[in-house]
Amino acid sequence: MMSKKDNKGFRIPDLTRVAGPISSIGAIVVGLIIGLIILLIANPSKALEGFGWIIGGSLQSPKDIGNVLYYATPIIMTGLSVAFAFRTSLFNIGASGQFIMGAVGAVIVGVHGKFLGSFQWVAALLASMVFGALWALIPGILKAFYNVNEVISFIMTNYIGMYLANILVRETVYHKLTNRSLPVAATANIPKMGMDKLFPESMANGGFIIAVLIAILVYILLNKTTFGFELKACGFNKDASRYAGINAKKNIVLSLLIAGALAGIGGGLLYLAGSGKYIYVEDVLAAEGFTGISVALLGMSHPIGTLFAGLFIAYITVGGSYMQLAGFVPEIIDIITATIIYFAAFALILRSVLQRFRFRKAGDKS
Amino acid sequence: MEYIIEMLNIVKEFPGIRANDDITLQVKKGEIHALLGENGAGKSTLMSVLFGMYKPESGTIKLRGQEVHISGPKMANELGIGMVHQHFKLVHNFTVLQNIILGVETTKNGFLKIDEARKKVMALSEQYGLKVDPDALISDITVGMQQRVEILKMLYRDNEILIFDEPTAVLTPQEIDELMTIMKGLAAEGKSIVFITHKLEEIKRVADRCTVLRRGKSIGTVNVADVTIEQMSEMMVGRKVILHVEKAQMDAGKPVLEVKNLTIRSERAKKNKVNNLSLEVREGEIVCIAGVDGNGQSELIYAISGLVPVNEGQIILKGEDITNKSIRYRNVHGLSHIPEDRHKLGLVLDYSLAENLILMEYFEPRFQKGGFLRNNEIIKHANKLIEQFDIRSSEGYKTRVRSMSGGNQQKAIAARELSRDPDLLLAVQPTRGLDVGAIEYMHKQIVRARDNGKAVLVVSFELSEVMRLADRILVMFEGEIVANVRPSEVTENELGLYMAGAKRGDAG
Repeated sequence: MMSKKDNKGFRIPDLTRVAGPISSIGAIVVGLIIGLIILLIANPSKALEGFGWIIGGSLQSPKDIGNVLYYATPIIMTGLSVAFAFRTSLFNIGASGQFIMGAVGAVIVGVHGKFLGSFQWVAALLASMVFGALWALIPGILKAFYNVNEVISFIMTNYIGMYLANILVRETVYHKLTNRSLPVAATANIPKMGMDKLFPESMANGGFIIAVLIAILVYILLNKTTFGFELKACGFNKDASRYAGINAKKNIVLSLLIAGALAGIGGGLLYLAGSGKYIYVEDVLAAEGFTGISVALLGMSHPIGTLFAGLFIAYITVGGSYMQLAGFVPEIIDIITATIIYFAAFALILRSVLQRFRFRKAGDKS
Repeated sequence: MEYIIEMLNIVKEFPGIRANDDITLQVKKGEIHALLGENGAGKSTLMSVLFGMYKPESGTIKLRGQEVHISGPKMANELGIGMVHQHFKLVHNFTVLQNIILGVETTKNGFLKIDEARKKVMALSEQYGLKVDPDALISDITVGMQQRVEILKMLYRDNEILIFDEPTAVLTPQEIDELMTIMKGLAAEGKSIVFITHKLEEIKRVADRCTVLRRGKSIGTVNVADVTIEQMSEMMVGRKVILHVEKAQMDAGKPVLEVKNLTIRSERAKKNKVNNLSLEVREGEIVCIAGVDGNGQSELIYAISGLVPVNEGQIILKGEDITNKSIRYRNVHGLSHIPEDRHKLGLVLDYSLAENLILMEYFEPRFQKGGFLRNNEIIKHANKLIEQFDIRSSEGYKTRVRSMSGGNQQKAIAARELSRDPDLLLAVQPTRGLDVGAIEYMHKQIVRARDNGKAVLVVSFELSEVMRLADRILVMFEGEIVANVRPSEVTENELGLYMAGAKRGDAG
């Protein structure tokens, strides 16, 4: 055994510990450079101005910063949802369905629950959580007890969720003239929690604070509890977990239940934000669910990483909307985001290469 | 006699480590040259240098007296150097013949000319006594035959220098005998062989000379005939090693494990994997199950530990019927299990050492309070076991287990399972892939558990291990126990006959 301990001299720095953040940041840099190249191709004379908007557009005023927090809130939640399932090596591609079901749950309580008074927003948020969780429970049970691939059942529940949401809106909270849900009661809106003071005129509200608290909660759950220990063990090595007497079926169901609840709360936080958001009766899957996959990837499936990844995506989205001032279409932001995700995925590979490299050098050749 | 290949004063450094420190290896034409060393001694690095996969910091390689610079495996091949890897590199859904010619196909106008190749392969097979069926699929043939295919691959490429990387690790005793004969035949035909191993008996049987490596340094080259096994092991490990297991006489006590008429059906085959099998393991007794791999040993152990369901029969632990109890229930009621596949079952490789050491007990009050892990206790526990079981790693309890050597991974499992103070210890292939020092260690631990009155059930495919360790030997053949003997009453030869199903004893 030639461990590093035997060598007094040069120590190999532990690259793997920092490889996560470094590779994510690297992906971001490369994504931004490619965005700049696209801008240069589209309109060389205005490219730098447009790029300036991407980088700095969100920092112009407290209002812009507040809007970044507002946009970040739902995608942080769907990101957490995807990241949580990832840790149990399950791919929650169904966050979109859970998100919209959560939104419907929140809006129903938000419209019809006026009798709850000042607790209405809490009840509405709980409803979003329950709706999202139950919507993920179906694929969870199919996976755990019948070994149905969760990716397939999640994609199916995305569409079923979308149509079911349309039916539920039409039956319970429909405003026919605008073809969308009725506005929620004022008491159903999430309190500002001082965010309106910090970021005047913006759409920021207490939802962001709730999302941050939930991210911290998820971190604690995953890293400090026996439940998290079991979940991660199942994710890393299913066979060894079974050998250790861990009930894998129970963990699959619970993991997806929690993932669904997180995505559902994301739907609740968005539609209870008091920003004039309504659920339209249309055949479109909720984009936040899929952005959540990007956010989780960029955040390396770490709860706190996901928090920052969500903030970053929101940051360039808000900045990108100002790009129109320089004559660019804001869709360029989607291209940049996509590039970043590609490279973030690439970074994952790079990370495992780094890991292998380091271990080999550490003298273990078996 | 001149040297066919010489590696002179090779130095290969990795950041922080001198993997090869001034190593010289000189192989004569037509000899079998053993390269002996523990895991991590630098054997693999040296061979990677020979194949051009690593560029050494200093040192030269000479082929037939001429200095050569080998740029990569392809060039090594062209120079006539070939290797049989420990894990075979064969395409499983190709036939034997297709695998042999893969990469050096004879073609005409872009079409394969397989008949010529077949002739050459058959001629080689005849010449060296390497029996293969050229049209069988790799997935259908035995491990021993797969190895012969690998050897034929080297011969087909006209390699003169053949490197065998731990070739016996995957073979049964009979297959090992065959391989030894083949190797001697190859050497007699003028091929030069480098035989990488840490099994001393095998060196003694076939090798002419032996170069010993330890911690990246060359300890020396000896004529195998002039040294004893004990001397070689001392050269390898750097201290005296007790090869036989010191074990006091002990009387077995009450039965701890009783297996009654156990049957496990096979999903595909008609034959049961375990067929109406009964056995008993008592306090203070090591029972070894001998047998060729695949005769139902794994299924038996998995049934006892709860990993596979039982079709018929009963498993009784300390008088309690646990046949239908959960894995967790068995784990907390006195059963410990050192599994065969430490990467698949025994460890969560991406967890730290500390986390792996509590894998079976994280839910116990000493490691958690209200569902929250008690980190201080976990670290204290890890440090205690690291100290007590001498588990070596780069960063102590924080080390990712994936980065630890095989021997230390096995020590970690042993530490975890033995520290739980089990009544019954199941150990499957507990020393597989370990070097002499680690084997000695594992054996000591197992004997200590037995001396403390534990019941121990060991499954091993290595007869020497069975003979050394067992108080009682059970031989398993096709899902049944065909012999129940004491090591003093039986020879290895006889056990071999039982294992092959050629002989049946009193199985009671």
